[in-house]
Amino acid sequence: MSALEKIAAIDAARQREVAAALRAFLPASAVLFNTEDVKPYECDGLSAFRQMPMVVALPANEAEVQRVLQTCHRLQVPVVPRGAGTGLSGGALPLGNGVLLSLAKLMRILEIDPLSRTARVQPGVRNLAISEAAAAHNLYYAPDPSSQIACSIGGNVAENSGGMHCLKYGLTVHNILKLRAFTVEGELLEIGGNSLDAAGYDLLALLTGSEGLLAVITEITVKLLPKPQRAQCVLAAFDDVVKAGQAVANIIAAGIIPAGLEMMDKITTGAVEPFVNAGYPLDAEAILLCESDGTPEEVADEIERMKAVMLASGATEVRVSQSETERVRFWAGRKNAFPAAGRVSPDYYCMDGTIPKRALPQVLTAIAELSKQYGLRCMNVFHAGDGNLHPLILYDANQPGELARTEEFGAKILKLSIDVGGTITGEHGVGVEKIDSMCDQFRAPELAMFHAVKQAFDAGGRLNPGKAVPTLHRCAEMGRMHVHGGQEKFPDLPRF
Amino acid sequence: MEPIVQQLTETLRQANANKTPLRIVGGGTKDFYGNPTAGETLSTGAYRGIIDYEPSELVLTARAGTPLTEIESALREKGQMLAFEPPHFGEGSTLGGIIAAGLSGPRRPYAGAVRDLVLGVRLLDGTGEDLKFGGQVMKNVAGFDVSRLMAGAMGTLGVILEVSLKTLPLPPAEVTLHQQRNEADAIRLMNEWAGQPLPISATCWTHGDLRIRLSGAASAVEAARRKLGGTVVDAPLAGAFWRGVRDHTDAYFTRGGALWRLAVKSTAPVIVLPGVQRIEWSGALRWLQTDASVATIREAAHRAGGHATLFRADANTNPVINNGGVFHPLSPALAVIHRKLKRTFDPAGILNPGRIYPGM
Ligand SMILES: Cc1cc2nc3c(=O)[nH]c(=O)nc-3n(C[C@H](O)[C@H](O)[C@H](O)COP(=O)(O)OP(=O)(O)OC[C@H]3O[C@@H](n4cnc5c(N)ncnc54)[C@H](O)[C@@H]3O)c2cc1C
Repeated sequence: MSALEKIAAIDAARQREVAAALRAFLPASAVLFNTEDVKPYECDGLSAFRQMPMVVALPANEAEVQRVLQTCHRLQVPVVPRGAGTGLSGGALPLGNGVLLSLAKLMRILEIDPLSRTARVQPGVRNLAISEAAAAHNLYYAPDPSSQIACSIGGNVAENSGGMHCLKYGLTVHNILKLRAFTVEGELLEIGGNSLDAAGYDLLALLTGSEGLLAVITEITVKLLPKPQRAQCVLAAFDDVVKAGQAVANIIAAGIIPAGLEMMDKITTGAVEPFVNAGYPLDAEAILLCESDGTPEEVADEIERMKAVMLASGATEVRVSQSETERVRFWAGRKNAFPAAGRVSPDYYCMDGTIPKRALPQVLTAIAELSKQYGLRCMNVFHAGDGNLHPLILYDANQPGELARTEEFGAKILKLSIDVGGTITGEHGVGVEKIDSMCDQFRAPELAMFHAVKQAFDAGGRLNPGKAVPTLHRCAEMGRMHVHGGQEKFPDLPRF
Repeated sequence: MEPIVQQLTETLRQANANKTPLRIVGGGTKDFYGNPTAGETLSTGAYRGIIDYEPSELVLTARAGTPLTEIESALREKGQMLAFEPPHFGEGSTLGGIIAAGLSGPRRPYAGAVRDLVLGVRLLDGTGEDLKFGGQVMKNVAGFDVSRLMAGAMGTLGVILEVSLKTLPLPPAEVTLHQQRNEADAIRLMNEWAGQPLPISATCWTHGDLRIRLSGAASAVEAARRKLGGTVVDAPLAGAFWRGVRDHTDAYFTRGGALWRLAVKSTAPVIVLPGVQRIEWSGALRWLQTDASVATIREAAHRAGGHATLFRADANTNPVINNGGVFHPLSPALAVIHRKLKRTFDPAGILNPGRIYPGM
């Protein structure tokens, strides 16, 4: 969807009715509708898309969440759940006729059980706060999105978020055990368990990454892992992006699963270096950061093997962090790539396709060509180990036409990701942003199945409607319905 | 479309139209598992073969009828494995059956379950529609995660045609230790160890014998061996032992009688029930051969934070099976969602009807 579409007007009478119904059980400070009060909620991390919500509800506990949902169900008001609002695909974009349900006040860590290595937390708890609380027991919560100081664990579950370390330690879906969640009608669902599996269908997997379309999550039991005793990082420089891509494949082929394996291209190192002084070799076309963690013995072994593979793959320079300070400095640039993009350009647009690693050279070359064609700079910084690209397109929203060009450039990158056998989104979700690209990735019957799955949870289609899955009608209108072997006649079209 | 898929599609379309129940069979090695289901046999065994395997991508894609042994030897050749250590339960285990049954072996708590390693599926739903979800890449959040939903659904939501799985490198070194421990100590120790950075890849306790498998870099395995202590089990014996645990060919499983599988909170205290127990997964999996009543067992599993499955029935527990009571009952709210999902994927209710729950 384009940021240049829409903007729904708010119906004042309806707004009064809904706010009054919510104020019947929530304090006035927890039901917002004045323009200045709801303004902070008009967008999430994808700020190009904005929409004022009709009403914002800020329940403080599970019982209040349930009552908000029951009330909205009675009044037939759509609901958009929101965690910390750091999402990058507009998943928490409000609706002009809907209630924005913020889970931010549910921010208690309810229990940490060191022996079973689990933590039971409310959805508004920040990702990093879990690891901070578990640190006393030498445990931590593994998925570490770059936004971890701000993003909520509820949002992480809704997006199936990843992080630098997910190649070795998995995504959110691999690190949670149990959810308490409410359907749009306010019915409690207890999903998963304290055991490693649960009876019946794997609804835990289905809810993870469901972008707030199936249920509102009010409690999460996460797994905690023992903190690795030691971590060390190899920084390898290459005079050619293709060689760096090959080195990534060689590392994996050598039987190594690094704790992190990230790539930055020359534009990126050039942009971040002035801010972080990491000492990156600025003449390199690409650098790889390759981390080993574990016991001191394991790390010593693995670092030697990593170094050897990098050199054999044609690295022009290989450095190994000699202290924790140096390791952190190696990573500083990678962790600050987004803010750095924000400093070298008025605006940037972050893409999130995942591709098979063998297609890296082809895709990076094609992105460079598109960058020339559109006259827009693009920084490539990404989770190389799992092929999750984050091209950052640099643009200036104040220049007429630049946003539209940027969106077109971005859509082409996504199409390219699909064409090489990948996906339009590795971790940021579809939201509103990539909804049209879903028409490229999936065929009509698959999209119809997604809608049917949603209906099994939300028959009225009132929980975060319009996100994540395009209507077949929309795909057909866009002329982007993917016709497979010429056999599809959109049999399901009239249903939507 | 491949002729076999064409045929399967045709069968499904007709069965859907005529409401003919179908019993989906891969290698038939897990016929004992789940509630019995009646219907015309729909065999996926002929749709076989590895489609794509690129070790440096850590991804393997194969057809549902591919024998597990074929997949495992292709992986071994490249120094890789299926980290969830799938149980074989017989010669002819196929990939489709492994996914549908959703069962994982001894390495599960340390490297992930079958569902954790599923990246994508191609399936035929109950109307014969050919659908693809997920993909061949490690990170993919486009659309609901229907692929993982297929793991453990016992074939009731679709006929799995193809699966992409994440693969992992084989550990360079492996050592199994043996210690004598009582049950309570074993549970406590297994949990304490799991909270430390040790390369544990399997644990198993029966009758005072605790075995711990360490896998990883040689140096790390050696350091852990010194730290944990106990006697080192001869490598060939250890290999055979863990295969026996995984495939239920171990003496523990072959004595006959009803076998219950209790998946519980790993720290759940000793479960006091008559019969013989085996503990795996650092305490999170308890096998139980018992003649205790179904209600008693379910209650015990619930108290231990988990659920109980009647894994293999005997003459006494056959009625449980015949009443569709193999799996732990669902809460009413979840049962509603389950029924709706079943209808979504299989509107005529023809796919392995009742195999997971009555009416599903
Ligand atoms: C600088 C920056 C770096 C980032 N780096 C990463 C990264 O490395 N890896 C990564 O994966 N992501 C990253 N992100 C994206 C974002 O932080 C994640 O998607 C995060 O999980 C969103 O959490 P949130 O609490 O902000 O959710 P929100 O943005 O508030 O919401 C996200 C979605 O989840 C739904 N939702 C939120 N809470 C609930 C709930 N309790 N129940 C049901 N649905 C809910 C919303 O409706 C919405 O669809 C980054 C973002 C920024 C701004």
